[in-house]
Amino acid sequence: MKYFVKKFIALIITLLVISLLTFTAFSVIPGDAAISKLGVEASPEAIAKLQAEYGLDKPLPVRYANWLGDALHGDFGQSYRYDRMTVAQLLGSRLPVTILLAVMSFIIIVVIAVPLGMLSARFSGKWLDVLINQVTQITMAIPSFFLGIILTYIFGLVLKVFKTGGFVSMEQDLGACIRYLILPAVAVSLPKIAMVVKYLRNSVLSEIDKDYVRTAYSKGNSESQVLYGHVLRNALIPVITFVAMVVAEILAGSLVIEQVFSIPGMGRLLITSISTRDYPVVQAAVLYITSVVVVINFLVDVLYQLADPRVRTA
Amino acid sequence: MRRFLSKIPWNYNLLIGGIITGVILLFTVIGQFWTPYSITNMNSMLKNKAPSIMHIMGTDNFGRDVFSRIMNGCGTTFFVAICTVLIGCLCGIIIGALTGYFGGLLDEVIMRVNDVMLSFPSVLLVLIFISFLGKGKYKIIWALGVMFIPSFARIVRSEVIRYKNQEFVKSAQVMGAGSFRIIFIHILPNTAVSMLTAAAIGFNNAVLAEASMSYLGLGVQPPEPSLGRMLSEAQAYIFTAPWYAISPGIVIVLIILGFSMISEGLREMGTK
Repeated sequence: MKYFVKKFIALIITLLVISLLTFTAFSVIPGDAAISKLGVEASPEAIAKLQAEYGLDKPLPVRYANWLGDALHGDFGQSYRYDRMTVAQLLGSRLPVTILLAVMSFIIIVVIAVPLGMLSARFSGKWLDVLINQVTQITMAIPSFFLGIILTYIFGLVLKVFKTGGFVSMEQDLGACIRYLILPAVAVSLPKIAMVVKYLRNSVLSEIDKDYVRTAYSKGNSESQVLYGHVLRNALIPVITFVAMVVAEILAGSLVIEQVFSIPGMGRLLITSISTRDYPVVQAAVLYITSVVVVINFLVDVLYQLADPRVRTA
Repeated sequence: MRRFLSKIPWNYNLLIGGIITGVILLFTVIGQFWTPYSITNMNSMLKNKAPSIMHIMGTDNFGRDVFSRIMNGCGTTFFVAICTVLIGCLCGIIIGALTGYFGGLLDEVIMRVNDVMLSFPSVLLVLIFISFLGKGKYKIIWALGVMFIPSFARIVRSEVIRYKNQEFVKSAQVMGAGSFRIIFIHILPNTAVSMLTAAAIGFNNAVLAEASMSYLGLGVQPPEPSLGRMLSEAQAYIFTAPWYAISPGIVIVLIILGFSMISEGLREMGTK
């Protein structure tokens, strides 16, 4: 229990530090909400008035406290560019798409990578293992956005089963939305499949010489019974920590891939907001993404302790 | 040179990776001084021409030779990657060596910061840095460089901790060597192989991150050619001029493949 409390306190501190860094980073950028709203030619009095209205005339620590308090209530202020939308509304409309894309990528990775990793370990040193090893090494080198472009070319022009730019929103038709997201999800997951296969293979191979495996064999279990019933469960434990990294990688991959397939998700919002200097949106998006990564890392740590109590004492 | 090359214990990965990287590097270096065609002159007569003997990778939507632009653009990619690895390596070595050798509260704090930073993929972290630094080539270099410090620092730190209680360090202490002499003269040379491996991986991440950022329009700005930028321009013409997108893409893949094979090879070399 003490372990979890310690981890939880560390999580809170990390989140606070991240929010502080995000806030300061965007506060030192020249130009603030009032100036960008009124334009550079506006009279100093008008700017001062609006600054007072926004609370921008207060000292930094006070502003940070106000901002954090609002953020905790889900209020990130107004977007500079979309006049009628609050940042929270913008994020809320974009987030589900990115989450769906990430979940689909994650499923693809697990479904393909786990069996491949097991096969590779089972036939280690044989031609199948060598083949898998070579293929994964090459797929790891392909950037996901290039893969996305190639996929649109193959499925769009050669096979004619995919229409670029034909994104259908989730509210309109969930099935069509998922169908559209399959190619992007493949593009995101392929390089990561390679990572997981490699990691799982090494993890299985380090388990396979242990005593309990020999015992399981001597009790008359078949090879696949031993591999999937005994070894996989232990081999997956180190893979759990690796999953946090994979999830973060998926998130990064989907941010980029949204641009390739013109999917209106967080990534596109973030990138257009960076280009148009829509700082409240950028600030909120950065805070969101970083928090997600940190929280997932925390959850995975906790899960890891539950799966393998030995770590807690170490 | 031949003597030096024969001293390296070659293995399959190191050899193939070395050849791929060597060939690309050769073309890149030539491309900085001479290219078959001008990289900026546009020619409307030659728009989107398929690969031929004259233009081995075809031409782009402005009639520029794709091969020439790739030769030159690789230079930008390598420049960004080398600078970032240098920044990350130098700062990482200093931070890692000092925290590893002296330990204490500072060590604890820096390692916590490292832990958090390491949990972010490089593309994501660069995107975050760019969001408050603004876009551009040199900003990408700073963002990536700072981002690589933790991974290098961590490697150096663990190696320093491993060596600092060994006999040769103790005997150096007895001889009266100062802390800095022990760290930089006695301990650091032992970390060369693991640092090289880390540098190769870092190089890979830098190439990937730079290409991604330039693809998103946040990295290298036109008219300077860059592989990622070319890919994003080419995407609009993927159905009429697929070679324009495929050529820079394959070059990116080869650069990354080459370095990942080298790092794999170095690792094998280290474990033997």
